Amino acid sequence: MSFIDKLKKNDNLYFALRNKKVIIGAVIFLALLITALIGPIIAPYDYEEFAGAPYANPSFQHLMGTSIFGRDVFSQVLYGLRSTFVVGFVGGTLGTVIGLIIGFFAGYRSGSMLDEILMMMTNILLVIPTIALLIILSAYLPYRGVITQSMIIGFTSWPWVARAVRSQTLSLRNKEFVNLSRISGASTFKIIKDDIAYNMFSYVFMVYILQFAGAILTSVSLDFIGLGPTKGISLGLIMQDAVNWNAIQLGMWWWAILPGVVLTVLVTSLYFINTGLDEVFNPTLREM
Amino acid sequence: MSETIMKIDHLQKDFSIGLMSKKKVHAVNDVSFDIKKGEIISLIGESGSGKTTIGKLILRLLRPSDGHIYYNDKDITTDYKNKRDYYKKVQGIFQDPFASFNPLFKIDRIFDMIFKNFIESDKNKKEKINDALKCVGMNPEFILRKYPHQLSGGQLQRLLIARALIMDVDVLVADELISMLDASTRIDVLNLLASICKEKGMAVLFVTHDLSLGYYISDTTLIMHRGNLVEKGKTSLIYNNPVHPYTQMLLKSIPDIGKRWDKNEKFLPEDINKKIDDFYKNSDIKKGFIEVEDDHKVLFSL
Amino acid sequence: MTEKILDVKDLKLYYKTLKGYVKAIDGINFDIKRGEILGIAGESGCGKSTLGNGLILLKKPLNYISGQANLNGKNIMNLKNKEMNTLRFKDISIIPQFAMDAFSPTKKIKTFISDIVSQHNINPDEKFFDKVRERLDMVNLNHSVLNNYSIELSGGMKQRLVMVISTLLDPELLICDEVTSALDVSSQRFVANMIGDFRDKKIIGSAIFITHDLSILYQIADRIMVMYAGHIAEIADSDTIVKNPKHPYTKALISSLPKNDVQYKDEQLSGIDGTPPNLLNIGEGCRFRFRCKYATDICAKQTPVQEEISSGHTLACWNYKKAGSDKNV
Ligand SMILES: Nc1ncnc2c1ncn2[C@@H]1O[C@H](COP(=O)(O)OP(=O)(O)OP(=O)(O)O)[C@@H](O)[C@H]1O
Ligand SMILES: Nc1ncnc2c1ncn2[C@@H]1O[C@H](COP(=O)(O)OP(=O)(O)OP(=O)(O)O)[C@@H](O)[C@H]1O
Ligand SMILES: Nc1ncnc2c1ncn2[C@@H]1O[C@H](COP(=O)(O)OP(=O)(O)OP(=O)(O)O)[C@@H](O)[C@H]1O
Ligand code: SF4
Ligand SMILES: [Mg+2]
Ligand SMILES: [Mg+2]
Ligand SMILES: [Mg+2]
Repeated sequence: MSFIDKLKKNDNLYFALRNKKVIIGAVIFLALLITALIGPIIAPYDYEEFAGAPYANPSFQHLMGTSIFGRDVFSQVLYGLRSTFVVGFVGGTLGTVIGLIIGFFAGYRSGSMLDEILMMMTNILLVIPTIALLIILSAYLPYRGVITQSMIIGFTSWPWVARAVRSQTLSLRNKEFVNLSRISGASTFKIIKDDIAYNMFSYVFMVYILQFAGAILTSVSLDFIGLGPTKGISLGLIMQDAVNWNAIQLGMWWWAILPGVVLTVLVTSLYFINTGLDEVFNPTLREM
Repeated sequence: MSETIMKIDHLQKDFSIGLMSKKKVHAVNDVSFDIKKGEIISLIGESGSGKTTIGKLILRLLRPSDGHIYYNDKDITTDYKNKRDYYKKVQGIFQDPFASFNPLFKIDRIFDMIFKNFIESDKNKKEKINDALKCVGMNPEFILRKYPHQLSGGQLQRLLIARALIMDVDVLVADELISMLDASTRIDVLNLLASICKEKGMAVLFVTHDLSLGYYISDTTLIMHRGNLVEKGKTSLIYNNPVHPYTQMLLKSIPDIGKRWDKNEKFLPEDINKKIDDFYKNSDIKKGFIEVEDDHKVLFSL
Repeated sequence: MTEKILDVKDLKLYYKTLKGYVKAIDGINFDIKRGEILGIAGESGCGKSTLGNGLILLKKPLNYISGQANLNGKNIMNLKNKEMNTLRFKDISIIPQFAMDAFSPTKKIKTFISDIVSQHNINPDEKFFDKVRERLDMVNLNHSVLNNYSIELSGGMKQRLVMVISTLLDPELLICDEVTSALDVSSQRFVANMIGDFRDKKIIGSAIFITHDLSILYQIADRIMVMYAGHIAEIADSDTIVKNPKHPYTKALISSLPKNDVQYKDEQLSGIDGTPPNLLNIGEGCRFRFRCKYATDICAKQTPVQEEISSGHTLACWNYKKAGSDKNV
């Protein structure tokens, strides 16, 4: 049996590997991830080091130019990508997972006491301005690292996920195949996993991407008001620095825009994977 | 006579319509009947008359607004536990085969679930599935390992029938289980069900539109109209001596092969509602659900 | 001669899968004349819906392989999607299996209709709804149904609404896939009559009526086409199919219809032994041969060709002479 035949036995993998969108998205995402992981090793300069003449255009010496202080923007991006990934992963995952669990159970048991309590919690959190909560929390913590910041973001960003997932769950719960699983003695957990979550896969992934990006953006706003990590660098901090020093007005587009482009490429790659996987996981959308 | 295994007692189910309105649909209105061991009951009625809702109430997928269902003398409407034990003995086949399958999984999953949850050993799993598929006229090698959207409505329907056959159940709620099968397969499936009922004492609640097949297969017939049970009794009595105007009209409109409908006769199903109202108004001697002869009851007024 | 609205010649439509082709429509020939209602019957999975859907929209994985389907003389199988879009609704329209269940429970009927027709570039203004109301009168529905939610209507009423919507632009050809299967017998009768009525009033040119219920087909179809596993078994006027079928499959099908006054406990009817073949990569030969008691050597070697044995009576069987004259089935 050839390799292709073996692959064909596992449809999902076969179709995933044949889907151009998944491949493109995954390649870009992995490339950025690897860059972030080995960033400090390949970075030509340290992110705080005075690397050369300030105001320098992008060149071979400084791939993304230099900042107003003569720092190498490319090296800063390499270091910053790291913490940006950490915030995205930790904050995004936490927010998504909490929101999913609450949304699934509230939706599947809608109308029950459990639903009432969970939704009351969600609504309370929704009306309190997140940023106010974050300011209070951050202000009480004397030392803040990237991880702490991500966790704070994660724990405060789930309510809209819970709301959205609950309403999706409600409509899926009344499908006949959920009823068939119920009379087949499947456990609530299995029904939520296979019949509800799986059918919402692309939706959940989409939510995850939004949470991922949202966590990054929230961290940027925290950085802005001085509640960012007490030490270190992130894409948000670079951009904030650029904006603070009027980089655009001074014609230093590379300083402000290039880190933003990297951020956009990162989010776009996730979007590609998302639409591609939708085709893979939904057999009716598969191209034969 | 044989023992009663399920008792439907003054069952009521209301749904509210629209997002916020207080309007209500009485999907099932004060319905009572017994299901005896080995009996085939056909449940016939206009679409929207509440047949599927009764099935879902029996399968504990909905909670009744009022009334009770007793299985082996135990009230299942107040017992929220032991669902798995219940489903081991009470099973269903849903009306819409396309909607009954999770589109993301291969159809094998419906068999995997029952083997995992209800059948002690996986021994002979493959043979059991293949036998059941052959019984409903399907080629196992062709069918298994496919996705639901790759199969036709009738093929999906037969998969659901095969699933129910593998389990050894007391009561089977079969909602329009043959609506998408051709004449010859219909007969095969019904013969098979009837023989299982005879041998193993399974009871079937057979929801159908096909009055000829209902007559062929069932011992007892229930006729529903707008949530009400309007006539119930022994099949031959109902077919030979229908009393309620709705039953009379149904029996008159059975398409007869070899004899065409009268083209000139103006046929309006809505006219029946007025006739029924008149029937309820004029029957002042008899009130409610009353026995007209042994094993034959008719609704004379609401 | 009457004008042919649809003329299908040696049409092949296959599903492309990882393992090969599922030959769901494999070389079929038939035509429909103006004013005619053609009934299609056959075992489930024999390709009836594939044919109906394929005439409207070729959607992957369904592939057009060869042959023709001429609608008013134009082969619609070669049309680009854009050209086909202009035909849909106006020249050819379909009521798919389970269309009735597509009504959204949270929308009023009127909103639902507006949404649907807007997708087909029709403006749902008051003039449009005047026409809808006119048609509602024809099918004995009260105008107030437009303000109802779908769950307030019975299935028969919903199915009539579906029919009204899909015939608003007076299509030449209406394809009805199992439109009566979910209805009680009285609604079935009304809906079936309604199609004949629309034909008589020239609202629709002609219709294809797909169902498993031969007894309904007999009531409304002028001709009946019986399919088996992607092939055509027999086409004839409905009286011939019901009373004097010649093809072994048609004969077996007719004989398994329930007869009045037979109950299981007294007498058991029988179906046809065996199962239909797997259509995946299926080869030459008659596809009914494994279940046919008249099968001979040639049946396994060559696919029987469709042959017109008398005017308007076509069938595909090598041994139809022997089978056709056999009285007991
Ligand atoms: N979840 C629901 N919410 C609101 N109304 C409902 C719901 N389910 C069913 N109904 C309504 O209850 C009534 C009975 O519906 P049911 O499905 O039981 O009818 P049925 O006899 O099975 O019809 P059919 O022959 O079309 O299957 C209908 O008027 C239907 O619209
Ligand atoms: N006895 C009952 N009869 C009808 N409907 C019920 C009954 N008990 C619960 N329900 C309905 O079924 C839904 C699911 O609740 P339930 O506690 O039965 O979960 P379940 O699907 O049985 O899961 P598990 O098997 O894990 O307990 C509830 O929303 C409720 O409306
Ligand atoms: N997407 C698909 N991929 C592969 N095979 C398919 C696909 N869709 C349908 N088929 C196969 O094509 C054949 C014809 O299906 P079709 O839906 O046309 O049957 P049908 O005659 O309408 O049956 P029914 O009466 O049950 O509705 C079936 O054998 C089915 O398994
Ligand atoms: S061709 Fe042969 S196998 Fe096919 S129906 Fe005729 S006799 Fe039977
Ligand atoms: Mg129903
Ligand atoms: Mg429970
Ligand atoms: Mg079909």
